[in-house]
Parts: sequence; C-alpha cells; structure tokens
Amino acid sequence: MKNKKQLNQTTFLLMITIVLFFVMYGIGCVLFNAQGFSRVQNFLNLFISNAGLIVIGIGMTVVMITGGIDISVGSFVAMGCMMLAYMMEKGGIGAVPAVLIVLVTGIVFGLVQGFLVAYMDIQPFIVTLAGMFFARGMTAIISKDMISITNETFMAWAKLRIYLPFGGYYNRKGVLIQPYIYPTVVIAILLLIAAFVMLKYTKFGRSIYAVGGNEQSALMLGLNVRKVKLKAYVLDGFLCGVGSILFCLNTLGGFVEQAKGFEMDAIASSVIGGTLLTGGVGNVIGTLFGVLIKATIEAFITFQGTLSSWWTRITIAALLCFFIVLQSVLSMMKTKKQ
Amino acid sequence: MENNSVLEMRGIYKTFPGVKALQNVDFTLKKGEIHALMGENGAGKSTLIKVLTGVEEFETGQIMIDGNDKPIINHSPQEAQNNGISTVYQEVNLCPNLSVAENLFIGREPKKGGLIDWKTMNKRASDLLSSLDINADVTKTIDNYSIAIQQMIAIARAVDMSAKVLILDEPTSSLDDSEVEKLFQLMTKLKNEGVGIIFVTHFLEQVYAVCDKITVLRNGQLVGEFTTAELPRVQLVAKMMGKDFDDLASIKGDNQKQFSENPEDITIKAVGLGKNGYIKPFDLVIHKGEVVGFTGLLGSGRSETVRLLYGAEKADTGELLVKGKKVVAKHPLTSMNAGMAYLPEDRKNEGIIADLSVRENLILALQAKRGIFHLLSRKQQEEYTDKYIKMLQVKTASRETTIKSLSGGNQQKVIIGRWLLTNPDFLILDEPTRGIDIGTKTEIQKLVLQLAEEGMAVVFISSEIEEMLRTCDRMVVMRDGAKVGELDGEDMNQSTIMSTIAGGH
Amino acid sequence: MNSEKMKKITSQRLFLPIFCLILVLLVNVVTTPNFFSISIRDGVLYGYIIDIINRASELVILAIGMTLVVSASAGTDISVGAIMAVSAAVCCNLLSGGERAVTEYASPLILGFLAAIVVGVLIGCFNGFLVAKLNIQPMVATLIMFTAGRGIAQLITDGQITYVRVDSYRLLGASFPGIPIPTPFIVAVIMVAFTALLLSKTALGMYIQSVGINKKASSFIGIKSIFIIFLTYAYCGFCSGLSGLIASSRIYSADANNIGLNMELDAILAVAIGGNSLAGGKFSIAGSVIGAYTIQALTTTLYAMHVSSDQVPVYKAIVVVIIVALQSPGFARWRKNLAKKKSINITQKEAA
Repeated sequence: MKNKKQLNQTTFLLMITIVLFFVMYGIGCVLFNAQGFSRVQNFLNLFISNAGLIVIGIGMTVVMITGGIDISVGSFVAMGCMMLAYMMEKGGIGAVPAVLIVLVTGIVFGLVQGFLVAYMDIQPFIVTLAGMFFARGMTAIISKDMISITNETFMAWAKLRIYLPFGGYYNRKGVLIQPYIYPTVVIAILLLIAAFVMLKYTKFGRSIYAVGGNEQSALMLGLNVRKVKLKAYVLDGFLCGVGSILFCLNTLGGFVEQAKGFEMDAIASSVIGGTLLTGGVGNVIGTLFGVLIKATIEAFITFQGTLSSWWTRITIAALLCFFIVLQSVLSMMKTKKQ
Repeated sequence: MENNSVLEMRGIYKTFPGVKALQNVDFTLKKGEIHALMGENGAGKSTLIKVLTGVEEFETGQIMIDGNDKPIINHSPQEAQNNGISTVYQEVNLCPNLSVAENLFIGREPKKGGLIDWKTMNKRASDLLSSLDINADVTKTIDNYSIAIQQMIAIARAVDMSAKVLILDEPTSSLDDSEVEKLFQLMTKLKNEGVGIIFVTHFLEQVYAVCDKITVLRNGQLVGEFTTAELPRVQLVAKMMGKDFDDLASIKGDNQKQFSENPEDITIKAVGLGKNGYIKPFDLVIHKGEVVGFTGLLGSGRSETVRLLYGAEKADTGELLVKGKKVVAKHPLTSMNAGMAYLPEDRKNEGIIADLSVRENLILALQAKRGIFHLLSRKQQEEYTDKYIKMLQVKTASRETTIKSLSGGNQQKVIIGRWLLTNPDFLILDEPTRGIDIGTKTEIQKLVLQLAEEGMAVVFISSEIEEMLRTCDRMVVMRDGAKVGELDGEDMNQSTIMSTIAGGH
Repeated sequence: MNSEKMKKITSQRLFLPIFCLILVLLVNVVTTPNFFSISIRDGVLYGYIIDIINRASELVILAIGMTLVVSASAGTDISVGAIMAVSAAVCCNLLSGGERAVTEYASPLILGFLAAIVVGVLIGCFNGFLVAKLNIQPMVATLIMFTAGRGIAQLITDGQITYVRVDSYRLLGASFPGIPIPTPFIVAVIMVAFTALLLSKTALGMYIQSVGINKKASSFIGIKSIFIIFLTYAYCGFCSGLSGLIASSRIYSADANNIGLNMELDAILAVAIGGNSLAGGKFSIAGSVIGAYTIQALTTTLYAMHVSSDQVPVYKAIVVVIIVALQSPGFARWRKNLAKKKSINITQKEAA
C-alpha cells in the first residue's frame, strides 16, 4: 500500500513520460520505417537538434524545483545567438572570447532575475516576463538584420563530427555510413550528468528541493532560502548561456525572431518530464525524456511531410496542458485524501 | 541558581501594540522533566515560546540555559537551536518531498569526496530512529507518513542536534490515541536521558499522563507553577479559566426560560451530523429565541461543530433541519438563504475583507444574498451603514474608512452588523469577544441577549466561561472532537461545566 | 466632508498614472513642439495626440480585462495577445470563406464579428476553468494559450496572412465617413463606459475586489469565489477578442504572427502603472485606462526617437521591473529597515 503511494507521487508522472516516449518512437519506427526513422542516426538527430534545449531544460527544471519559473529563456537564446554572431562577424572578436562573454552575460542575467525574485519577493513570472521582453528587444538593438556566422573556429566546432563505433550500415553504394554526433551533444550530456549529480549529491542540490517542497520548513530547518533561490537562478542563467551557444552552433546565425516560443519547449519538457509546477519535485532525466518527446513530435511532422510546422507548437501546448491538468488533479486528489 | 535546571526564564515582559502579551513571567525547566505549559486563548503561551525561540524579541527579563548564570538572547530559531533549544510544531516543519533521512540531516549531510554519502546518511538515520523506537523507512519521502511519525522524526532531528530543551507545541492535536501513546513513550525515553521537555497542549488527560510539572498562564501573567500530582483537574481548569474554584460553586444559573417545542419554533435540528476525522456525529436542537453556548477547551471541536452547522465544512453523515426544512449546504450561500449567519473565529483571515471600507464590509453579506444583479443603491448602503454604526456604536472616522484601520473590537462590530443586516433566524458567533476591549465585550453580550429576545436563535462561543454563563440558556460541552454533554438550568454552573470539560475521574 | 475625503483618496490612487502620463507628455512637448496641435485631414482628426488616443484603443480594452483578472486572482493573463490573433484569424477566415484574400464577404460581417468575440470568450473560459476550478497558477495556465494561440491562428489561416479587402471591414479600425473621430477610440470609450456601468450597477465590482482581497472570507459571506474568478477570465477573453477585431480591421487582415504581439506586457504594464497592485484586491479601471494611454504615449515617443518597434520592449521591460520592484514586499522591507535605522540613529544622537 505504502509502496504504491510512493510510486504515485514521485515517479508516476516520470513513468508516463518514459513510456510515452518509447511508444511514440516505436510508432514512428513502424510508420516511417521506409524513410529511415528507425536508423540509429535518426535517434541521434533527436539529440543533435535539441542539445541546446536539453541544457536550457536543465536550468528550467532547477528553477521550477524551487517553485519558480523562467519564461525569458527563448528570448535569451535569441540574444545569445545574436551576441555571438555580432561579436564574431561585426566586432572582430574571436570565438573563444565571444563564447565567454555570452556565458558571463547569462550569469549576470540570472543574477538580476534571481535578485528580483529572491530578495525583492517579486513573482518569478513577472520578473522573467520582463526579462523575456528585455532580451528580445536587446536582440533587436544589437542588430535588426539577420547575421550569419562565418567565423572559422566557430564553424569548425559546429562541423566537428564525432563518429560512433557502432550502429553503422551500408548504403546502396555499399559505403559504410557511421552514425555520428556533434560536440554539442557531448556537452549537453555531460551537463545533464553534472546536474543530476549536483541535484542528488550536493547540499545545494538538496536545498533546492527543500525550498521547493516547503519554503517555511526549509527556513526552519536552517537553510538560507533566499540565497538558494538566487543561486538557482544564477545557475539557470549560466545554463541559458551554454544553451544559447549550443543552439547557435546548430543555427549558425542570429536574428530577432529566433527561438520564438522556445521557453514553452523548455517548460513543457520539464513538466512532461515530471517536474511539478508547484515545486519540490523534478528530475533532469525526466526533462531529457521531455525534450525527446518534443523532438519526436517534430520528427513525426518532418517525416510526415504534409503537416505544417505550427502543429509542433499546438501539440506541445496540448501535451503541456494535459500534464498540467494531470498534476493539478493528482494534487487535488492527494489533498482530498488527507 | 539551581544546578539541575536546563532553562530559566525570569521576569519576561513583552508587549504588542495595545496588548500586554507577557507581564513578569517566570518559567523554570529542570533536567529530565516534562513540563506542561497551559492556558486559554491569549494567555501568552505561544508568545512565551516565541520569545524563547527567538521568533519574537522580548523587552525585559532574562533567559538562562543549562545552569549558566549568563543570560542569552536568541535572535532567530536558528540561534535558539544552536543554544540547544529545539521546537516541534503542530504543523510539522519538515519538507514533505524529501526522504526521512534527508529531513533528519539536511544542512549537515554526511559527505564523502565532497558529495553527499547517501549510504552513511541512511544508515545513521535508521540507527537514530531505531534507538528511539521510531519505525520508519528512512528512504521514503516524509509525506508517506502520518503526522504522528513526522512529529517523532522532527523530535529525532532535534535530539540528534543535541537539544537540551525540547518544545512540543500542541503536538497531539491531530493524533489518535495509539499515536499519542507512542509519542508519550518517546517523550518519557528522552526525559530519562535528561532532556527537558516543554509540552504545550490543551488535552488535560495528556497532561496528567506524562507531565511532572504544570505552569499556568492567564492574560499574559503567571498564575503559578504546580506539581501535577498535587493539582486536581478541576482546579487546573479553574486556574486556566480564571476563577478560584472555591468561588465558583456560589454562582448559579438564571431563572430558566421555557421554549416551545412546536416544529416551527425549532430553528436548528441536527441529527447525527458529523464528518469523518473532523467531528464525531452529534445531535443538537436549538429553539427560537434560545442562546446556546459551546464550551470546551481549545481544540475540543467547538469551532468545528459550528462550521459543520453552517456548511463551511461539508458533513458526510447525518442531516440538518432548519425550521423543519432539510438543508444540504453546497455553498455557504445555501445556508444563508436558509436563514443562517456565521461569524468565524479567525476574524482577520476569515472575517474581514481588510482593504474594503466599513460600508462595503457591512453590506456584502446582504448583497451576496440579494444576488449580483440587485445591487443595493448607494443611498441604501449608506443608510444601512449609518444605522449599524449607530446601533452598534462602531468607532470609525467615516463609513468609507478601510476596515483594517479600525480596532479589533470595532472590526468585530462591523462584521456582526454585516450578519444582522441579513436578518438571520440563526446566528453563530464563534469567539466574538476575543481580543477586544472589556466595554465592547459587554456590549456584544447584551446584543446577544437582545437578539434572542427578538426571537433569534444564537450560538455563542467564548473561552471565557463567565461570559457564556451570563448569556446562554444552555451549554453544549465538547471534548476531543465530540459532544460530551448538555447542561442547563441548575446544572449550568462553573463547577459542573468544568468537571464536564475535564471529564472522567 | 465625506466627499472631500473621497476625493483625497481617489486623487492619491490616481497619482501615479497621472504623474507618469504628464511626464511622458512633457517630454514630448519639449522634443516635438507641434505635439498638441490637432488638424483635420480628409475629414478625420489628425495629430500626435489623436494618433496616441487612436492607437491606444486596443490596449485600453485589454487593460480593462487584465485589471479584473489581476484583481480577482492576483495573477496575470499572458494569453491576451494570442487571443487577439486567434479572434482575428477566425473573423477573417469566416469573412473570406477560407480564401487568403477576398474583395467581398463570403459570410455576413456581423457573423465574423460575433464568431471572433465568441472565440475570445471561449478561450477566456478555458483559462478561467484552469485557474478557478483546477487551481493552476494563473500565469502557467495562460501560458498554454500564450504559445498555442498563435499556432491555432496559423492553423486557421493556413499559415498565411488572410486579407479582407472590403471597405466596410476597415471601418472599425479607421473611421466612419462623416465622423472625424477614429472608430477604435469610440469603441474603447464604449467599452470603458460599459465596464464601468457593469461594475457600478451590479455588485460585480465589489465581489471581484472582495474575492481578490480575501477569497475565504468572501466564500463565507455567500460570494461564489470560484465563479467570480472564472468570470474575470471570460471577460478578459471577451476584451481580447474585441481588441483582436480592431487590430485586424486596422490592417484589413489577419496576421497570426503579428496581431497583438507583445500586447500582454503592455497590458500588465498598464495595470501596474494604473496604481493597481499585481497582488490583487482593490483596483481602479480609470487608473488602468490612464496607464494604457501612458504606455501608448511612451511607445509613440520611443518611435519618435527612432527606436524601432522590436526594440521598444527593452524600455518597457525596464519600466515594468522598476514599478513592480517599488510595489514589492522586498522594497517595503528595505524601506522599513531604513526607517528603523534612522530612528535608532536619532535616538542615539539624542542620547548623546
């Protein structure tokens, strides 16, 4: 009985997500087998095209566990990409310093948002909504026109293929096609592991959960709640910086409308992955599966060929809605029981 | 200073704006002693605890710990904890989403190579719990466990952080008998290990079951420190309620009123009304023009009972008849339309609409009853407001003053006026006299009598028994979430009431 | 004496919005000398002021709905811009009969208008259901429509801009022949008047404030709190639908990507500048309306200073943060501490 309850509360949503992903992917393999949906490379492509989202999803998960939210991430990605493009193409700054500057910008952005949330007690939504408009507007201030990146170092990073020693197949000409990934995927996976360890095995990680579980209790248990929140937003800002660099390595350019609605993808990935909007519960592994589900939906739409791109948006919103309602119903049932 | 004392508080003063919360209060706790801190609402128990644990600052006085002569001042619960004073509250301050082990060790997790060593942590946690005979799987999250276990885990945390003084603030309010038994075993165990325990509770039986000493506070003043074995229950109740036992017997009930038993003159009839885990099923009849008091110690279920009557909580058994008609309250509006009115105990959070004006607060209930499209005209609103300001002698700068800027007594008058305006047949007043000045208290009691005279049925709840004796025709006695008796006529005197409240023995 | 006191209170409440408006207008007078000059061109009033009053109409209408939502639920509806896009798409698509550009109506104009409003209300109801009944935080609940809305609008218009090139369709966003006043302004005035009447002639205004201040106490005195919160979201949906129609009529088309873009921030900002607390409770529609005009004046000023439309949000975001920070508990705490320190300093000095 007690075992069952445990399953309900912490892992039920995560289980749904993992099963949902495999079912969806399985359906894709059956439906689009002829187009090569089931190839290893196709699976890896889910990671390749969403490395940035994975990293930003981690940041989102962290702030959501504290009971907050960050809807500025999409705009920040646009700003980050634009900064990289502008610095390297117009400013004559090298790839390495440009990347570092974006990372620092992310941290500062997180610091400001975190301060407003933690020390000024402003609702995270309002703060990050303002952040969202600020970053999007800044992108336009940097440059209204699209800038493509041609910096050689940056391009070299973007095009560096890492071949995997397995999963290859021979094409019609009899050439061995090895599956590959980009460094972006490696970075995303490493950060995912680091975040997993941080959340599970460090005092800061556990404090994040404690603050999200019950702020008052966390305070009484001797935690510095404001500081924990601030640090969570700074971490989120840093991850946004990394995420926008990874995103840029995919798109190789910056423009004002870039990554529109990206915040929704990040929030949806997190929520679908079992993070509670009320805080206290969440897991980056779940977020990864959330990202993969979103990626699979995109792959479906690409492979299907006739569906328009906005279907992705609507499907994600519908999924998000489903999971939000599910969470709400589950929590209502829980309080009713008590 | 005695050597075996772990805590000494001397001459503590604390005032809040307009209230002397603590006046010259002393408190001594010895090693290996369980000491009950008792008193009714507003007696100053919680203020004393807050002052001790650094939640509030005190003005004068000294706190000394562990037999030291050097006074300490705690500025935060954290500092108090470092000084060896830990508190476990009724609403357990643990994080529901974390495991038992984490809740025990958060902020001081054992580490290996810079990372949390879960294995050691779980091991130490389960060792700690088994040493205290607490049965729980340390890897499960806290919300899997009952409040009782959670409380014991909170106690275990305090003990492990080397608490010398353990404060248990109403820990038993939501526990069942076997859980209480377990908690007591734990308390006794800790006592034998030399921990001093301050036990705040309203349950007399529990006090007599585990406590060595009792300190009673009343109106922010020390009534006295007593040895449990030497203080009979009835005396204890008398000390808490503020009358010396010897004086009590002389006061007798008034001349008895007669009430018609015609069905249309029975305003309220509850048959087996109850809610699982909230209040045990009870029967109740209230006549037209009758004032019924609900008495019992805090937490005995008197407020819960009236909430059930009003439909603020939904009953799951029994039925309620108002003037012979069955009422199933889906929403308080249903009850209001049936002629009921309810003044909740918690004026600030459930009574006033703080930022609205006196006028708006006064007319809102009548407005809600009339419906959204039948707005009272401004003129009507002002007439009603003026009428009730005058009738109830509300002291306010104008009818447009926000209610939050009025004094407690005047706020109370406004929201009583709010209900009178709806012209109810049945008025529930839960602690209408709490936290307001003496003059207003008397006014409210007179008003109750006058309303009953006019034919209204009234439920009147007060912590002050004298108030109820003066106003009520009949008293319902509550204990531990159940109705345990009804007293009227000759029986309605302080000593009988107190012995009924005290129960048994 | 009472009325005097009332005046004092109202003047205090509206101090912030009026102050902001005057500040923005002053800047304009200095930079643009002919700012207040009004002339008539082609039978229509013309001038900077007229332009601001005209362009602010959608925002004024949105701000009304947003004010009620903020008051009742202490949260904001961030889907208003997206609802505008959806209702515009529904209207244009119905009027064009599914074509991407038409020069005559495929169905009656009134049907298009009605459908747009109904869709707005329905989305508002959806938001209201999530917030009031399922207890989901307002901004999370409206986030769903915030993103899905534009997708739905694109779905309806097949991802393209749908043009309705019929003169009568442009009347709502321009002006009626013979009437020199822009129609959007007239609509905004009617909406403000209608809402003001609704709030003052029924008990709705009092209920909304009561629920926003103390939900529990309101329930105990017979107000159906859940329904009231639901209603504010539905009304906000109605306002958004109407705004969408005006915006669409201005450009005689439905542009899923751009109609109502960034309007959610403007609407929230209007409410905040209007002196309303984002923590809910007491509200002033008048304040929000002045707030809306202030923001439009600010936008127009920024345009006049050659700030492009996609850069404007930067400045608005900064204004939002400043205003909200001034309202925040954190700021109040800081001020209290400061006052405390000061008084301690004074007593110490006196002692010395």
